[in-house]
Amino acid sequence: MIGATLAVSASVAERIRAHGVETYPHECCGAILGTDDDSGRSAIELVPLENRRNDSPRNRFELTPDDVRRAEKTALENKLDLIGWYHSHPDAPARPSEFDREHAWPWYSYIIVSVLQGQPKDMNSWRLQDDRAAYDPETIRIEG
Amino acid sequence: MAVKVVIPTPLRAYAGKNQSVEVSAKTVGEALAALTVQFADLKKHLYSDEGKLRSFVNVYVNDEDIRYTQKEATPVKDGDVVSIVPSIAGGMRV
Repeated sequence: MIGATLAVSASVAERIRAHGVETYPHECCGAILGTDDDSGRSAIELVPLENRRNDSPRNRFELTPDDVRRAEKTALENKLDLIGWYHSHPDAPARPSEFDREHAWPWYSYIIVSVLQGQPKDMNSWRLQDDRAAYDPETIRIEG
Repeated sequence: MAVKVVIPTPLRAYAGKNQSVEVSAKTVGEALAALTVQFADLKKHLYSDEGKLRSFVNVYVNDEDIRYTQKEATPVKDGDVVSIVPSIAGGMRV
């Protein structure tokens, strides 16, 4: 989806960065709750989650289907949609890897924050193309 | 057997924007096959090129994960609800 934009509140953006710093040098991850309608997509709330990949948490993250179901339930309780997922790339750029692509679905927003030597740097959002071939960048618009 | 397959939000665009679809099937495998015959665009998001369910795609019958029952051979009966739930994975290369 070329030209997609994700509105992110300043506090949500800060919390994603802070989560990436907190778990450094391991990857952080969590769910992004918000709204998606004719006026666009907005990230309003986060559900920080535990990275289940204890074997290689520096370069992998995983959430179980139960984590996903709980995040969906939290979204429903807050009258929001589960619009995507965030994770960090410790000491690596904020762009999706081949491993990310193989484990993604279209529509979701995938925010990646780069954490270099414990400091949060670039934060980008991506959406998988319909044919699964690649990601398109999604512009993050910080609000508030 | 008429079972309801709940379509997760990201895949609704490939399933006629339906939140759920009723299909006739005796097993989970048959239900998913019927779903992807009806909505062919769904197939690549559920199955790998080798025709296997993608590793991050999980299927529940009511509240039971089919990995712990008979996987795609798990029987379904009238009124059962089949849910498709992703596990989320990723991470940087290395």
